[in-house]
Amino acid sequence: MNFEFSEDQVLLKEMVRKVLDDQCSSREVRTVLEGESPHDSALWSQLCALGLPGTAVDPAYGGAGAGYLELCVVAEELGRALAPVPFSSSVFLAVEAIKLAASESQRAEWLPDLASGAKLGTLAAWEQVGPLRPASVTMRVDGGLLTGQKMLVADGDTADQVIVLANDEMGSSLYHVQLAHKGVSRTTAATIDPSRNFATLRFTSVPAQRLGSGGNGWQLLNELLDRAAVLTAFEQIGGAQAALDMATNYAQERFAFGRQIGSFQAIKHMLADMYVDLELARSNCYYGAWALSTGAAELPLAAATCRVSATQAYQHCAKNNIQTHGGMGFTWEFDCHLHYRRSNLLALTLGGPAVWKDKLVSRLVTNNAA
Amino acid sequence: MNFDDNVDEAAFRAKVRSWLDDNAPKKLLPYLEKASFATLDLGDYDANAEAKAWRKKKFDAGWACLAWPKEYGGQAVSPIERVIWGQEEGAYAALGGLFTIGEGMCGPTVMAYADEAQKTRYLPKLASGEEIWCQLFSEPGSGSDLAGLRTKAEPDGGDWLINGQKIWTSGAHYSDFGILITRTDANVAKHQGLTMFFLDMKSPGIDIRPIKQANGQSGFNEVYFNDVRIPDAQRLGAVGEGWKVALTTLMNERMSIGGSMPTGVPEMLELASTLQLETGPAIEDRALREKLADWHCRANGLKYTSARLTSALSRGDTPGPEASIGKLVAGPMMQEIAMAALDLQDLSGMMVDPAEAALSARLQAILLRSPATRVEGGTDEILRNIIAERVLGLPGDIRADKGLAFKDIPTGR
Repeated sequence: MNFEFSEDQVLLKEMVRKVLDDQCSSREVRTVLEGESPHDSALWSQLCALGLPGTAVDPAYGGAGAGYLELCVVAEELGRALAPVPFSSSVFLAVEAIKLAASESQRAEWLPDLASGAKLGTLAAWEQVGPLRPASVTMRVDGGLLTGQKMLVADGDTADQVIVLANDEMGSSLYHVQLAHKGVSRTTAATIDPSRNFATLRFTSVPAQRLGSGGNGWQLLNELLDRAAVLTAFEQIGGAQAALDMATNYAQERFAFGRQIGSFQAIKHMLADMYVDLELARSNCYYGAWALSTGAAELPLAAATCRVSATQAYQHCAKNNIQTHGGMGFTWEFDCHLHYRRSNLLALTLGGPAVWKDKLVSRLVTNNAA
Repeated sequence: MNFDDNVDEAAFRAKVRSWLDDNAPKKLLPYLEKASFATLDLGDYDANAEAKAWRKKKFDAGWACLAWPKEYGGQAVSPIERVIWGQEEGAYAALGGLFTIGEGMCGPTVMAYADEAQKTRYLPKLASGEEIWCQLFSEPGSGSDLAGLRTKAEPDGGDWLINGQKIWTSGAHYSDFGILITRTDANVAKHQGLTMFFLDMKSPGIDIRPIKQANGQSGFNEVYFNDVRIPDAQRLGAVGEGWKVALTTLMNERMSIGGSMPTGVPEMLELASTLQLETGPAIEDRALREKLADWHCRANGLKYTSARLTSALSRGDTPGPEASIGKLVAGPMMQEIAMAALDLQDLSGMMVDPAEAALSARLQAILLRSPATRVEGGTDEILRNIIAERVLGLPGDIRADKGLAFKDIPTGR
C-alpha cells in the first residue's frame, strides 16, 4: 500500500512552501485585506513564473502535465499561507470547467492563457441568497447573447473570462464568456474576508460560447464542484494546520498562573481535539485526492466527504486558535482573525456545509445500494 | 498514491489467502460474522476450545505470533505483513481474543526481561495457545495513574510474598500465567518503588472473582492476592525498575493498526434506511442527515488514517502516538450513534431481545458497552493528554505528587 504523496510531490510542496514563506507572510495578506488591490500581483506573477496555474493542464495546452495530486499539494500550501491570489478561481474552477466540458478547439483557445496565468478565469453560478438550485437561476442566453446578473463571483473584479451557468433553449448549460466587453459591469462585494476578492457581475447582451451540447449545465456544474471541492479541501487543511500550529506555539509561550497555558488540560484537550479533527480531514482529503486523480467511481462521495470534513476542521481550528490566544486573539494585530475569516469564507465558496452534507448522504445511500 | 500491494506484499497476501481458504474453520463463520458487540458466542460450539484449536493450527503452520522472533515461536514477519494477515484473517480474528494480551503484552515483556531458559520454556507455549497469559496491572485505586498501585511484594527467603488486589484483568479465570506489577518500596517516589514479576495463576493464595460489569456481562476479573509466593527467579527486571518494564508492556499495546474499530455507522445507516417516520423514511430527515454526514466523515477519516499508518509501515516507519486517535474518535462516536439510534426507534428503542429489537439489538448492545470503550486502555482524557504532549509537544501536567515518597502521597478514601 502506498496511500501517500510521492517524493516528487513532497518536493513540489516544499518548493511552493519556500516561495510562500519568502513572499507571502501575513504582511502581504494584510496588504490585500486592508487595501484596494483585489489580490497580490507580485505573488501571483511569481506563482505563474513557476508554472503553477498549469500544474494539472496537458502540455498540449501549455500546462506542466502533472496531475491532480500535484495540484493538491500546491493547494495545501496556498491555504496554509492564506495566499491572496486568484489561484482557486482560475485553476480549480475555470480550468477544470474547460477540461471537463469544452470542445477540443475551445480548450486550445482558452487553456494556454489560463495555464500560464496570463489570463484569469472564474465561475459564476449563484444569483440569490440561499442555496443554489435550478429554480434560483434566471440568467438566460438567447441567440448566443448572455443577459443577467451573478453574485459573489470569486475574483470577479480581475477575471478575464468566466464560466457561467445559464438557461437556454436546451435547459441549463455552462457558457464561457470573455469579460472584456462593454456589456459587462462589475461591483466589488464586501465580504467577511476581504483578503480574497468577490464581485457581482452584470451582463447585457454579452456574447457567450456554450460548453458541450447544452442542457446538462446543472450536472456539469455538480461535477465541477466535486473536483473543486477536493482541491479546496486541501486549501482548507493547509489553513487548519497553520491555525493549529499558531495555537500550539502560543500555548507554549504564554504563561498564566505561573505556568505555560499549554500545561492546563483545558487547553491541551482543546488542542488535541483540533489535531484529531485535522487528521481525520487530512485522511479524507487523501482519499478525495486519490479518487480525483484516478477518476474513481466514488469521486462524488469522496469529494463531499473531504469537503465537509475539511470545512469543519478548518473552522474548528481557526475558532479555537482565537480561543487559545484569549483577548490577544481578538485584536486586529494578531493574525488569528485571518484564518477565522478565511475558514468561514471557504466554508461557503462552493456551497455551504449543510448543502454538502445533504449531497454526502444522498451519495452514501446511492453507493450502498450499488 | 494507490492502495495496491507491492510485489512482495501481493505474494504474501496470496499465500495467506490460499492457506486460509484451505484451513479456516468455515463452520464458525456464520457466528463470527454476526458476533454481537464484545462477546464471542459460537452457539453450541465451545468458544475457548475452538479458539485454542484455531490458534494451534495457525501455530503449526507458521501463522501465529507473526511479529515474534522464530526461536520463541514467532515468524519475524514485517509489520506490513502482519497488517495483511489481519486484513485477510478478517472475521476469524475474533477467535484470537484469548491470546491478544499474551501475544501483544506479556510475551514481549518476558522476551525483554526473562532469562533464556524461561523464554524457551514459556514463549513457544504462549505462541501456540497451549498456555494463556493475563496482565495484572490496574487496581481499584490506580487506573489512569497506574504508578499509584499498592499491591505489595515483600522479600521472604528467596521468594516474594504478594498481598493486594488487581482489577479489570481480562481472562484471569482461564489464564495459566500472568505478569504482575507490584510495589516493593513505599519510601521512594511512586515510579521508583515498583517491581515486575510473572507468576503461575494457579498459585495458592490467588482468588479470582468475575466482575459483573455495568452492561451485565462479565469479561473481566478482580484478582486478590493473599500471601502468594513468587520465586525471585520470576522477577522481570531489577527490583525498583518495574515502571520501566511496564512501559515495555504498554508500548506494545498500541500495535492494533490496520484493525478497524467498530463505529456503529453501518448499523445506523441500515436503520435509517429501513425505518419510517411520519415525514417518510428516516434517511430523508434533514436533522438526521446532518448527523449521518458527520459520522460518515469521522468513520471514513478513521479508515483512511489507518491506510496512512499502513503506508508508513509499508515504508518501514514505526507509527508513533498518532495511532491513538482511533479509539478516541470511535468510542464517543459509537455512544453518540447508539443514543441517536434508540431515539429513532422511539419507545421500542428500549428493547434488548435480539429476537424483537431492530437490527438484532446490536445498537442497544453498543449503547450499553460503549462507556467501557471510552475508558479501557486509556481514557478519552488520557488519550487527549498523550496527543497534546507527545504529538503536539505541549508541556506535561504539573503533578502534585512529584518528588514525594509514595507513602506520603495524599489519597482519598
